[in-house]
Amino acid sequence: MTKKEMIAMLLAGGQGSRLGVLTARMAKPAVAFGGKYRIIDFALSNCINSGIDTVGVLTQYEPLRLNTHIGIGIPWDLDRNFGGVTVLPPYEKMANTEWYTGTANAIYQNMEYMENYNPEYVLILSGDHIYKMDYENMLSYHKASGADVTIAVMPVPIEEARRFGIMITDENGRVVDFEEKPEQPRSNLASMGIYIFNFDVLREALRAGASQPGLDFGKHIIPWCRDKGCSLFAWRFDGYWKDVGTLTSYWQANMELINIVPEFNLYEEYWKIYTKNMPLPPQYIGKSALVERSIIGEGAEIFGTVRNSVIGCGVVVGEGTEIRDSIIMNDCNIGRNCSIDRLIAAEEVTVGDGVRTGVGEEVPNETDPHIYKGGLCTIGEQSVIPDGVSIGKNTMIFGVTKASDYQNGGLESGRTLMRA
Amino acid sequence: MRAIGIILAGGGSNRMRELAMKRAVCAMPIAGFYRSVDFALSSMSNSHISTVAVFTQYHAGSLNEHLSSSKWWDFGRKQGGLFTFTPAITAENGFWYRGTADAIAQNLKFLKDCHEPYVVITSGDLVYKMDFNRVLAYHESKGADITVVCKDVPETVDAGRFGSIRMNEDMRIEEFEEKPLVARSNTISCGIYVIRRRLLIELIEMSEAEGRYDFVRDILIRYRGTKRIYGYKTEDYWSNIASVDDYFATNMDFLKPEIRKYFFGTHPYIYTKVEDQPPAKYNSMARVANSLISSGCIVNGTVEDSVIFTGTFIGNNCYIKNSILLNDIYVGDNTYIENCIVESHSTLQTNSYYKGDDGVRIVVENTERFVL
Repeated sequence: MTKKEMIAMLLAGGQGSRLGVLTARMAKPAVAFGGKYRIIDFALSNCINSGIDTVGVLTQYEPLRLNTHIGIGIPWDLDRNFGGVTVLPPYEKMANTEWYTGTANAIYQNMEYMENYNPEYVLILSGDHIYKMDYENMLSYHKASGADVTIAVMPVPIEEARRFGIMITDENGRVVDFEEKPEQPRSNLASMGIYIFNFDVLREALRAGASQPGLDFGKHIIPWCRDKGCSLFAWRFDGYWKDVGTLTSYWQANMELINIVPEFNLYEEYWKIYTKNMPLPPQYIGKSALVERSIIGEGAEIFGTVRNSVIGCGVVVGEGTEIRDSIIMNDCNIGRNCSIDRLIAAEEVTVGDGVRTGVGEEVPNETDPHIYKGGLCTIGEQSVIPDGVSIGKNTMIFGVTKASDYQNGGLESGRTLMRA
Repeated sequence: MRAIGIILAGGGSNRMRELAMKRAVCAMPIAGFYRSVDFALSSMSNSHISTVAVFTQYHAGSLNEHLSSSKWWDFGRKQGGLFTFTPAITAENGFWYRGTADAIAQNLKFLKDCHEPYVVITSGDLVYKMDFNRVLAYHESKGADITVVCKDVPETVDAGRFGSIRMNEDMRIEEFEEKPLVARSNTISCGIYVIRRRLLIELIEMSEAEGRYDFVRDILIRYRGTKRIYGYKTEDYWSNIASVDDYFATNMDFLKPEIRKYFFGTHPYIYTKVEDQPPAKYNSMARVANSLISSGCIVNGTVEDSVIFTGTFIGNNCYIKNSILLNDIYVGDNTYIENCIVESHSTLQTNSYYKGDDGVRIVVENTERFVL
């Protein structure tokens, strides 16, 4: 029987509701990042760069964008005769049909996929982290330590440790205890949601938890393994790793890319990040344009001023417009004489002439104050903003809006505006 | 499509000077990140020609590398595909391609094994976009044996650098002179032809038997009286990059919005091998105006009226004007470049000065670069 030593299962079904309107029509792993990428590109590129050529991608929430992006896996060289990338949505069964109710439940429902490859080890990944990791190093550690389960961990500042699942290890890296979001953390090693399981251990654990509602790795599978006396090890990762789960951390991680030598460097030859490339020409910078401290994707045409911003592919920025500290995703069209501050514009947004964003006082958002904060203005995909309006801080706009939707030609800070 | 495609891509060119030292003309980089052969390949693919042969000879390595996979142009199919033919020693033949017709003759089996009734032949060193279905429809409506795509050039252009054509009112070609001393017409051949496959085989076999090896001289010109050869006039953008000045001007054309819109803003698009470069990056002192910047570039200095290809690094306080920087160049700090074409992978030291005083200067700096 044919065999793969290790296959990866990539969890990409979550909505990522804390990204607000950015995930209104696509799953979080499909959200654009860093000018031309999508968040899932980092995990997929890590797989192929680590020599893993069999990846199951588990989708559930709004999968269309993800499906078209992944296709048959050509950008990542994951179009293989045996293995390659397979998109695994939930499906109807003879009995007990259900959605994916939890991370581990999703893997459980795809037992047959894993068994096809008869793997020794299974790597569990999430599709919503920004990092470069050689999973082969992690596998070597897993083999050398004789672990049944290896959990990737990273040191975090102790005051932030209470936001994570924390692993307590002995001097050999063996996990002696763990706690979920502890009030008084006993260690600063946070679980990154990346696991290597011996396949037989994983299979047993999943079957044991089959009837558990919302079967989850952190909450159920890892505790089950501990109780069964499996050997759990923590593999320490010291590189760059970012969970872009909130709008502010998403904005932050994008902005970090424009530093002169960014902590997360996309320009390294030996660990490339791959993405689906559209047939796009180079970007054009116009006669009276000014671009500094920014990264800009292919096919963009810049006639105005762009500072401290991340601009996606095919974006047009009109003359006289100034964009600062903003993320403008693929195929947006920004009119002339605009003044844009701290804007996150999702794909294919049209902004009219003379629009101003980021004006006024800091006021908490009226509908989702925990999502739309940090002075950002967030605009959902394919939205239209009419000419000449002023938009305040902590605002959200989604849909085709008209001048009549704006009282006195403006949207006050903290307001949410949604139109069909 | 009822035709197969042939792309003649074997040529070098003295008129490309140092730029031809490491690649065939058809592999010359164009407009930031295309190669000139991409235009022919994309036109064929977009015209739904599914079987395409590329004949390579001079410096085939660079071109073969570019054509290593056919999938970027959508030729990776079970029916048809992209075939590269470089001269090979066989039991019957030990020659290089002695000319364009000889290149076809040496691979005649490929032509004979196809079933499509027509052949579209194009040179690979052209920058254009064309729907060959229209040319073929015209070819059939004229009842032509061969159709030659041609174009009127302005008086300012020396038509003597090209094949010069004179036609009667029915567009049948009466005069065809290759690079005449004095051109008697401002209609030039674009180097794109449509011909019935069986007729091509017949003409090639006859020429080969007579020791004639050039498609233009020994077939088009020699048979212009006996065969019905027609001209198909195109008004669209077309450029041949046979010399350094043409190459420079063609790249600079892409700074014009209407040219970019024609090639990149309107369907069908031009395809090329994907490079997986990160987005271009502009640091705090970058000043860029009227320029094309490709992905993977890092810009710290000033760039004006220039085309910068992929993965090029421009240091602090540099000044680059009216120049073409090919891919993967390192430009050290305080360097001045004007009216130049800088060869790919060059390393320009800090504080250097390069200026083309009369015409375009070609800069090749193979200084070793140490990368950590």
